[in-house]
Amino acid sequence: MSTPSVNDFVIKLANVNGTGSASANGLLMKSIFRMGVPVVGKNVFPSNIQGLPTWYEIRVTGEGYGARSGDVDMMVAMNANTYARDIAALRPGGVLIYDSTWPRQHVLSRNDVTVLGVPLAQMCNGAFKAARSRVLMKNMAYVGAVAALLDIDVDVVRTLVREMFAKKPKLVDLNMQAIALGYDYAMEHFDCPLAFHVQKLDNTAGKIMIDGNTAAGLGCVYAGATVGAWYPITPSTSLMDAFKSWCEKFRVDPDTGEHNYCIIQAEDELAAVGMVVGASWNGARAFTPTSGPGISLMSEFIGFAYYAEIPLVLFDVQRVGPSTGMPTRTQQGDVQLCAYASHGDTRHILLFPADPGECFTMAANAFDLAERYQTPVFVLSDIDIGMNDWMVDELKWDEARQPDRGKVLNVEQIEELEVFHRYQDVDGDGIAWRTLPGTHPKGAYFTRGSGHNANGDYTENEAEYQEVLDRLVRKWRGAADHVPPPVIKMAKGGKARWGIIAYGSSDCAVLEACDTLAAEGLHLDYMRIRGFPFNDDVSAFVEAHDLVYVVEQNRDAQLRGLMMLETLIPRAKLASILHYSGEPLTSHFVHEHIKAAARQEQSA
Amino acid sequence: MTSFAKPHINLKHAKRNDLGLTWHDYEGAMSTLCAGCGHDSITACMAKAFFELSIEPHRAVKISGIGCSSKTTAYFLSESHGNNTVHGRMPSVATGAAAANAGLTYIGVSGDGDSLSIGLGQFAHAMRRNVNMLYMLENNGVYGLTKGQFSASADIGSKSKKGEINLSPPIDPVTLALSLGASFVARGFSGDREQLVPLIKAGLKHNGFGLIDVISPCVSFNDHPGSTKSYAHTYQYYHPAVHADYVPMSEEIKTSYAAGEAVPVELHDGGSIILRKIDEDYDPRDRGAAYTQIAERDAKGEIVTGLLYIDESHDDMAAMNKLPARALNTMPYETLCPGSEALAALQKGYR
Ligand SMILES: Cc1ncc(C[n+]2csc(CCOP(=O)(O)OP(=O)(O)O)c2C)c(N)n1
Ligand code: SF4
Ligand SMILES: [Mg+2]
Repeated sequence: MSTPSVNDFVIKLANVNGTGSASANGLLMKSIFRMGVPVVGKNVFPSNIQGLPTWYEIRVTGEGYGARSGDVDMMVAMNANTYARDIAALRPGGVLIYDSTWPRQHVLSRNDVTVLGVPLAQMCNGAFKAARSRVLMKNMAYVGAVAALLDIDVDVVRTLVREMFAKKPKLVDLNMQAIALGYDYAMEHFDCPLAFHVQKLDNTAGKIMIDGNTAAGLGCVYAGATVGAWYPITPSTSLMDAFKSWCEKFRVDPDTGEHNYCIIQAEDELAAVGMVVGASWNGARAFTPTSGPGISLMSEFIGFAYYAEIPLVLFDVQRVGPSTGMPTRTQQGDVQLCAYASHGDTRHILLFPADPGECFTMAANAFDLAERYQTPVFVLSDIDIGMNDWMVDELKWDEARQPDRGKVLNVEQIEELEVFHRYQDVDGDGIAWRTLPGTHPKGAYFTRGSGHNANGDYTENEAEYQEVLDRLVRKWRGAADHVPPPVIKMAKGGKARWGIIAYGSSDCAVLEACDTLAAEGLHLDYMRIRGFPFNDDVSAFVEAHDLVYVVEQNRDAQLRGLMMLETLIPRAKLASILHYSGEPLTSHFVHEHIKAAARQEQSA
Repeated sequence: MTSFAKPHINLKHAKRNDLGLTWHDYEGAMSTLCAGCGHDSITACMAKAFFELSIEPHRAVKISGIGCSSKTTAYFLSESHGNNTVHGRMPSVATGAAAANAGLTYIGVSGDGDSLSIGLGQFAHAMRRNVNMLYMLENNGVYGLTKGQFSASADIGSKSKKGEINLSPPIDPVTLALSLGASFVARGFSGDREQLVPLIKAGLKHNGFGLIDVISPCVSFNDHPGSTKSYAHTYQYYHPAVHADYVPMSEEIKTSYAAGEAVPVELHDGGSIILRKIDEDYDPRDRGAAYTQIAERDAKGEIVTGLLYIDESHDDMAAMNKLPARALNTMPYETLCPGSEALAALQKGYR
């Protein structure tokens, strides 16, 4: 555990939901980012519109780590109801800021932290008249106080406030006035800046701050998706919101006002996925964003699309299950659900983006894969990636890139055929050619979820049925080398005995833990899995190590389970590190658990 | 059971439509339903309607759910794409397909089980969205394919083959559709092709969602005395109220109808639907009055049929979503992808 220092510390803000704190906290984070200092922001919010506790965590990390560390060095305690646990969360030597308009109970204090009171409500009540502004401006006032304590450039803050209220310039002065209240109070009463504070760097060039859902929605636009169907559910709603706003920007004909897209808010997830099935079957790129409960409902159609071989792109922004679970907390709990969704022998293609940058690229990949393999493809994101702003490399688009629309016969090709049969493996790769409605009379075929043979005709014949089913699994296996390959980071200085495997939003925490462990003398190789079916690298990596720790954010070691089912890897070679509290994974957690496990392993 | 190929018939002297096609070109695979099943008659009517309208078979799309009724999409128009989806979910697939390409003619085929129980939600919402499709609800009061359980359209007091009496009130697709704002609502009977074929033609030409609730007796499980969906019962209480005919743009609207009796309703494609009232005081263009009349007569056990409601003024789903004339599934990629420069520019807002 490093001690806080310049450009290396964590601020946590404890607020009450619905008091407008989100924009103030975002402002604080963005100001630091604009000073060239990398940041990590995590919003831990309740499934509630107003009144329940909510936290925002900003990690300032000059080195550019991407995960939560697990420490708290400064706590802005704005919620009386969580004050006790908030002060307890600070590490020794930390600083707590609270609204001293109301005195705090002496018993809740700690000797090993510095408590700084700022009379936020009192100052704002004096300065502002409207009740709602008094509430909102308290947030801006603490931003001012924190800016003073951390030496955040007020000019940067002002520029951001101007951008925030570009459409309502009157609010700029009001907000700046509130910021000044806090700033001046802190400068006058405290020893500013603190020992840990922000210092300008140049480590954010070429970076943006974006959330995964916004990036995924943008990826769908770039992929050429035209039909989106959905049913509102946290945390996937903002993906469709983003798709809609990108479409409004890029897909509305300026002359006619016509839309080159169609977004349908369905009556439920069953209908949403059915619409995607219909649109994809009819040759449009279509998708549905949802979360675990939605996948559960969609299962029948997912099996239909698998068996009838209809492209399907699903984004599962995972949240905590089972059942309704904790809708606003993060988890990787749908891995096995998605891998084998629906009854009967079904297997699907999964993609695991690790950050918003990959949400963008994998969104585009997902459509190519779905159309190439004529099958459902799941992009498994989660709340942490989907709804938090992450610092990532600027998104890039290769101008030469063309979508892979897969094997679709056009009019001329159909014309040349003697006869068209939908499910024949003419190319030997397990992928049959399809036709689109409306193209040509000879291309017509009957799509069914009931037993069918290679010609597409109804069958209950054993051999004919099995022929199709066997081809489906060959087709699926063929995707192993076409999903994004694993990313492998070998430990410095030669051969490590142990390895780590992780995926999705666990990546940053694992990368940092590897560095920390290496500094302590424990070197591990790391492989991040990005797709399913697994390609041969996955087995080879495990083969090459005595033991591999699989880090996951679920209780049941779902990816490890998949690896045991789908590869010949011996069970004893895989050990699990599991985190499933609902909070985004921290690097400390990974570090401590691997260290403890390694110690045990060494002494055994 | 596989579907069987039909024997080839010499069609030299067969009637041809405007495309030069014969009725044979509108057929499908041989039906595997029970002999005498009402659904088979409806299949023949659908094929005939497409033939008479001279719709190119490959420009039509057939979508269905699961049930004996839903199987019938295989038994007509073998040169159109068919999609036999999952139980109760045909409307969503049709909705998505229509979003991708609004330029094809969509016909959905479903049963009373498929539409009124498991699929009631999707059925209702497709009407609300006014998806441009014709929805054929082949209504036999039972689940045929699972062997005769009561469906949600079974009337109070109707007797099952095993002797059970249905006690729950029925869901009537017609009054339901009227209350949900459907823009074309009709009821027919598989035993009256003279009425049904013109209704199907009108429904296919209507712009927006068209529903035809077709009483279609199940000879295996619901055609006995005591059933209110049997042939005998339907013939006895059958009451045509409004006849509808589709007249294409080129044909001049015939003036042979006595004034006041025939009402033309203009369609988007320039053609018209000619309404001929059989019941003088029934007005198929007054939703409220239609609803009241049907509900009252339903209660008396009368089976009112014909084109019961029509309104051509509503935007369909494509118009509500401002879809362009060019189908989304044929949009060139260059039009859809904003490109790398736009990507660089938009990211200025994320710094
Ligand atoms: C999810 C699901 N549940 C149950 C079934 C079994 N099932 C098949 S058809 C059917 C009822 C069909 O009734 P209806 O739509 O009235 O068609 P009919 O056979 O009477 O024409 C049922 C319950 C199924 N196929 N799928
Ligand atoms: S069981 Fe009834 S509905 Fe099914 S095919 Fe036979 S008669 Fe028709
Ligand atoms: Mg039925």
